Amino acid sequence: MSRNRQTGWLVSGNVSDAPREATDQDNSGELGSPEGSMVHARGLHKSFGDFEAVKGIDFDVRRGECFGFLGPNGAGKSSTMRMIGAISPVSSGTLRMLGMDPATHGSQIRAKLGVCPQEDSLDAELNVSENLFVYGRYFGLPRAPLRLKVAEMLEFVQLTDKAKSKVSELSGGMKRRLSIARSLINDPQLLLLDEPTTGLDPQARHLLWDGIYRLKQAGVTVVLTTHYMDEAEQLCDRLVVMDDGRIVAQGTPRDLIAHHSTREVAELRFPVGDQQRYADQVADLAERIEVLPDRVLLYTADGDHAVAQVHARGIATETAMVRRSSLEDVFLHLTGRSLVD
Amino acid sequence: MSAPVSSLDMLGRQFDFWWALYRRTFRGNVVSSFFFPLFNALAMGVLLGGYVKVDPARLEGATSYLAFVVPGLLAGNAMMTGFGDASYPVVGALKWDRTYYAMQASPLRVRDIVNGHLGLMAFRFLVASSVFVLVLAPFGVFATWWGALGAVVVGVFVGLAFALPMYALSARLGEETWFTLLWRVGVMPLFLFSGAFFPLSNLSPPLSALAKLMPLWHGVDLARMLCLDTWDGPQALLHIGYLGALSVVFYLVSVRELERRLQH
Repeated sequence: MSRNRQTGWLVSGNVSDAPREATDQDNSGELGSPEGSMVHARGLHKSFGDFEAVKGIDFDVRRGECFGFLGPNGAGKSSTMRMIGAISPVSSGTLRMLGMDPATHGSQIRAKLGVCPQEDSLDAELNVSENLFVYGRYFGLPRAPLRLKVAEMLEFVQLTDKAKSKVSELSGGMKRRLSIARSLINDPQLLLLDEPTTGLDPQARHLLWDGIYRLKQAGVTVVLTTHYMDEAEQLCDRLVVMDDGRIVAQGTPRDLIAHHSTREVAELRFPVGDQQRYADQVADLAERIEVLPDRVLLYTADGDHAVAQVHARGIATETAMVRRSSLEDVFLHLTGRSLVD
Repeated sequence: MSAPVSSLDMLGRQFDFWWALYRRTFRGNVVSSFFFPLFNALAMGVLLGGYVKVDPARLEGATSYLAFVVPGLLAGNAMMTGFGDASYPVVGALKWDRTYYAMQASPLRVRDIVNGHLGLMAFRFLVASSVFVLVLAPFGVFATWWGALGAVVVGVFVGLAFALPMYALSARLGEETWFTLLWRVGVMPLFLFSGAFFPLSNLSPPLSALAKLMPLWHGVDLARMLCLDTWDGPQALLHIGYLGALSVVFYLVSVRELERRLQH
């Protein structure tokens, strides 16, 4: 087993081998889902009694891509992830994971998945390496190679020096890295990350993004959920925006922005309570306008020009900032609401 | 497409985890298994039993009250261990440690998770009953060595027969708040009135019949037959059938309840 000792979230031997193993199986028929995709969903529904959490969604995840579910809390992302994780039965519709039906082949599907849940389920009483070891055993990995794999994974997430520490002694970021290491212990063909950076400080988030990005570069197929637009833009090749159990838009981050927003946004801040009055005076300067409680957003191809025109009209702004459009703007346009409440 | 893995194989895959968990708790398992029989046998059997002078025929064949009460204590201890192991630890694996959720994301199926946890419990019952019998053997309360060995097996059997209904209840409710109440109104009355401390023939016929419907009595009587060497084949079969049926039914209910809770 090759051991790369570079610092950082290194791409070690087996992690980079994972996609190659998947490729080797291309012609075995196992991955032969209807469209040859890793995940194939049509008319996917999930209900809890009278409550419908997922209201009939269609999507495909292709091999080697990072696919994102973006949406506010309660949009149905986690319910979808639990169905994809072959844990939660589909209420109606079609779902094929790696060409298999989770209703009949849940265990076989899970053998090829790596799942990093939103809420840590590490064993607080076991130490860091024991957590990885016992988990690897659930996948039937033999003990001797598993010990090497555990050491390799600890190196990958930079926790080698914490190998003997109790999980309860780790920081939030370290626990999340350990959860990700655990989800990679079986060299999964598909990695599911449910809100991987929620609750982490910016430094820990960037460390995780770097790691996920390296996994993606190594060819691992990743499905993640997030309610951070910057996270989705950084990591996802393609994504779907969910709201109220439905997919409201899908595409690459760039396509979504191009299709649902303008190139730039001018953010104007006026005195409290005056946003609407000033908005009426500048509405004609942009293709589209959004009035938020604390600011007015002008959607335009040239933000600087729009701000100059506002000032030329003698309208004083408290602050005026020009930025590029983001997925937040797409979401705001599609749903009329901010992503993070 | 890969073939399904056998349940036995799935049990083996969990060994390292449950063994690590057992290593954390084995001192408590051994120590409490040591003191419970010792203190109870001294207090109930020797000190209280010193006042009980009756014809062995009235004590279901026991030559002393100590010999009479020991099988009852053994079955009662197994019941309480079963209650304990399938209450807080099951709720904990759902609510505090989230062990079951971690396992669920692996190839393990819900029934494999139940089997694994029950495997740990069965081992703990085996240790508890073995220590129990070893502690009390010097008191001369076992008529035969094979009866003592049989009593250990009965300890495991009774432990599982009580752990399984508790497991189902813990999985269904997922809450620990009702355990104390259940202990007081369920477990303690069963322990006191299922023939562990007095022959059921002392009760009026209707009350005696009622006590015989209680699962613990079947365990007590089975243990007593083995300890006193008063084996009665058909009666023993009835006990084994009763406790076995209880276990099988609640095993199925436990799997269903845990599925309901985990697969939402």
